[in-house]
Amino acid sequence: MTSTQSAASTPTAAQPRMIFFNQALREALDEEMERDPTVFIYGEEIGTWGGAYKVTEGFLDKYGPGRIVDTPISEALIGGAAVGAAITGSRPVAEFMYQDFMGIAMDQIVNQAAKNRYMFGGKNALPIVYRAAFGAGIGNAAQHTQSLEAWFTHVPGLKVVTPSNAYDAKGLLKSAIRDDNVVLFFEHKALYRERGHVPEEEYLVPLGVSDVKRAGVDVTIVSYARQVQFSLKAAEVLAEEGIDVEVIDLRTLYPLDIDPVIESVQKTNRVMVVHEAVRFGGFGGEVASQIQELAFDYLDAPVKRLGAAHAPVPFSEPLEFASFPSVETISQGVRDLLQGI
Amino acid sequence: MATTKAKTKGSSSRSKKKARKLPPKDMLEWMYRTMKRIRLFEEAADRAFKSARMRGALHFYSGEEATATGVCAALEQTDYITSTHRGHGHCIAKGGRLDRMMAELYGRSTGYCGGKGGSMHIADLDLGILGANGIVGAGIPIATGAALGSKIRGEDKVTVCFFGDGALPTGAFHEGINFASVQDLPVVFVCENNQYGMASHVSDTSAGNLADRAGSYGMPGAIVDGNDIFEVYETFTAFVKRARKGDGPSLMIADTYRHHGHTVNDMAAYRQAEVVAKWLERDPLLRFRREVIAAKALTKKLLDSIDTEVEQEVTEAIEFAEASPFPSIDTIEEGVYAD
Repeated sequence: MTSTQSAASTPTAAQPRMIFFNQALREALDEEMERDPTVFIYGEEIGTWGGAYKVTEGFLDKYGPGRIVDTPISEALIGGAAVGAAITGSRPVAEFMYQDFMGIAMDQIVNQAAKNRYMFGGKNALPIVYRAAFGAGIGNAAQHTQSLEAWFTHVPGLKVVTPSNAYDAKGLLKSAIRDDNVVLFFEHKALYRERGHVPEEEYLVPLGVSDVKRAGVDVTIVSYARQVQFSLKAAEVLAEEGIDVEVIDLRTLYPLDIDPVIESVQKTNRVMVVHEAVRFGGFGGEVASQIQELAFDYLDAPVKRLGAAHAPVPFSEPLEFASFPSVETISQGVRDLLQGI
Repeated sequence: MATTKAKTKGSSSRSKKKARKLPPKDMLEWMYRTMKRIRLFEEAADRAFKSARMRGALHFYSGEEATATGVCAALEQTDYITSTHRGHGHCIAKGGRLDRMMAELYGRSTGYCGGKGGSMHIADLDLGILGANGIVGAGIPIATGAALGSKIRGEDKVTVCFFGDGALPTGAFHEGINFASVQDLPVVFVCENNQYGMASHVSDTSAGNLADRAGSYGMPGAIVDGNDIFEVYETFTAFVKRARKGDGPSLMIADTYRHHGHTVNDMAAYRQAEVVAKWLERDPLLRFRREVIAAKALTKKLLDSIDTEVEQEVTEAIEFAEASPFPSIDTIEEGVYAD
């Protein structure tokens, strides 16, 4: 897989083209639909409605009902149809609307899609992308706001992608569609209306490559998805206090590119993992464990983890915002880490 | 016989009718050989298991051979099937080699899946076998997706989705057949009603007339005698033609009976001896022999010679499997992902 990611995630052109996160996803899908006639998109309300977050707006008119297929509210069907279509020669992109709804499709994702290649002898290609919106912060309450990515990273046979900005979202989605494996592509719903720099020319961002979003020498923050944005803002706050924070965006949780994290920890000796998923049993535990296995002698403090409270996401606004990491709690977490708290 | 309405149970029996027109001789030979291959393959697997040469969970298809064979007789090799945990018969009828299947049951590297799948997970895309499945009902969305893919890609392929009566109450069944009907997909749903889940009788697990489910979803349905290969073949042929023309899905429910228990370890004490005896009298291979000999379509001598040939094939399959190596330990993590 080629990458034009290179210099990358930060705008460099004089007048960088700034587009919304959901527009970036739309461009990725559009370009891949044009490039490869075996790609098709299906899911609930992705046609006439254009997708719950308007990612596929206009696609029904452009590509027609043959390749833009509205499904009933049938998540098991959505999950399983991808398997049948993929092993017979298509490249399906299925949308689950909300990650929370994937529970209904778990058998198809976990027992069928993830295992198909291995248990049938390692021959089948499964070029499937399951897209879903996840994450809290917009008042959707307990059943439309979870961050369940760790469910899927635990299952061999799946890849898990969690972009943090428009640039990565586009490049990663294009790579996911071209990948011959089952890729779960999780889009933080509070990012859809965030703008980011996306160049006119085509590019890919490879799966399984972490990205140093901000270089620093005092503390390492490891994060993904929307919490990368919060971490970068916290780094700015801390910079004014003289604390130089390095922020690493994992971008892909499986395959996990841990090397840049280890290199960073060898430099900073202090590290905090930040995610919006519930802290207990979250993906941060895997990251923390790998850090202590691979860089134990470099650590000046235990690996710190920030995650969501051990509760369903509450509706009430002050509770919701207090339930997961924020710029303030991340900043304080770094201060605590430096003071050995 | 374009069956457009659900028949009620029992109304389809033709045993009292006069001799009917049978398929051509080469088709008859293929049907008998295929049913015999299924039967003897499983008898050999049963012996291997009970002498501790084979392990795992075996769900025998014996007794239901007429359904898989009658269905696959009407398919092209390029058509697709999805199968179930009770899938040996489907895979053999779709063209599976006995040696590679037996090696898979033995967990050997020469098996269809290199020994990583086992009895419940045999697939071969070259034969159109999209996979047996350890989860009841799970093949229904997959088959529907295969049919959706064929339709989108403009391919002239039909997908057949085999499942048992135990799958009828699953959400996957209803989600799958509803979508197949909404989209007019080229798929035929074949429900093998072998009367039992594990020990639960179908009358305790599925309400109403089973075939009414077809009408509810706007597709033709039929209940056939699943132990009568010619009835299966005739009804299914109409359904598969319909699907191939682009007229959409249908649902065939085949009444049948598993000769064994749920698994190789199940003595099936929940079944009444007289009912079992009645079904054994309706053994699809015995009925086939009686009918084709009476109709002078095939001779007893020819049928006996097929028996001998299949016995030899099964013996060689066992020898092949037992002589094959286990997969190398260092391949445990191989084949999870494509490069």
